[in-house]
Amino acid sequence: MKPGHGDVLLAEGDPAIAEEERRLVEEFRRQLDLGMWAAVPTAEGMRREATLVRDFSEVSRDAERVVFFPPAAGG
Amino acid sequence: MIVVVALAAIGFGPTLVRRLRARRERRPPTPSVPALDPGRERRVEARARELLRSVVSDEEYAMYAELGFIAVDGDGRGYGYLLYPHRPMVAFESASGELLNEYCVEFPDRSEPARAERLPAADDVLAKWMSLRAGERELISVANMHVPGRQLDPGQVRRDLIRLREWQARRPLTR
Repeated sequence: MKPGHGDVLLAEGDPAIAEEERRLVEEFRRQLDLGMWAAVPTAEGMRREATLVRDFSEVSRDAERVVFFPPAAGG
Repeated sequence: MIVVVALAAIGFGPTLVRRLRARRERRPPTPSVPALDPGRERRVEARARELLRSVVSDEEYAMYAELGFIAVDGDGRGYGYLLYPHRPMVAFESASGELLNEYCVEFPDRSEPARAERLPAADDVLAKWMSLRAGERELISVANMHVPGRQLDPGQVRRDLIRLREWQARRPLTR
């Protein structure tokens, strides 16, 4: 999620394919280096949850996406 | 006097021009602030709403679309939060509706602070929702906490809680 823009697709790929996984990991690290927070939305029945992750290895293999957004600060 | 000015312009003119040019070159480029474009704002918000819809539950999305905020449960201890776009989160006691605190939190763009752009409204609510779901304590620890009424009219928030109850009562099958 980018201020002034809404969501922007950064990268997509299948983590089971080495080359695509490398690209996903690179983009993941780049976003965290920029100071963004990374959240993985999950669904269990009607209930929706989200998990903050700090390393690509924490992203579940069946996760559909990771959402990056600016970190929270006191307003 | 006219002669003096004219002579000064001839004498110092080239030097002044060089200085002005050098100053212009030294000045750092000012970041371009995007012009206000209501159409663009609407398109961005529409896209943000699609993302929100794809992440939160159907009921939560409908709540945002119809009431303008999302209510989420707290840590299972009888309280919840109202998440407004670009306004403080308000904690309330679920049973009584008593307002507990305001939590001021924002998601500033640190990559381009000079542009001072904000997340679209639906993205701001989604960022609060994800942060709360993923780590309520962490989010609360960075927020500025105030008693109710600091930024939001407590009367309006109480009316929102009444609207919420009425709205939920009209949607018995989805609860």
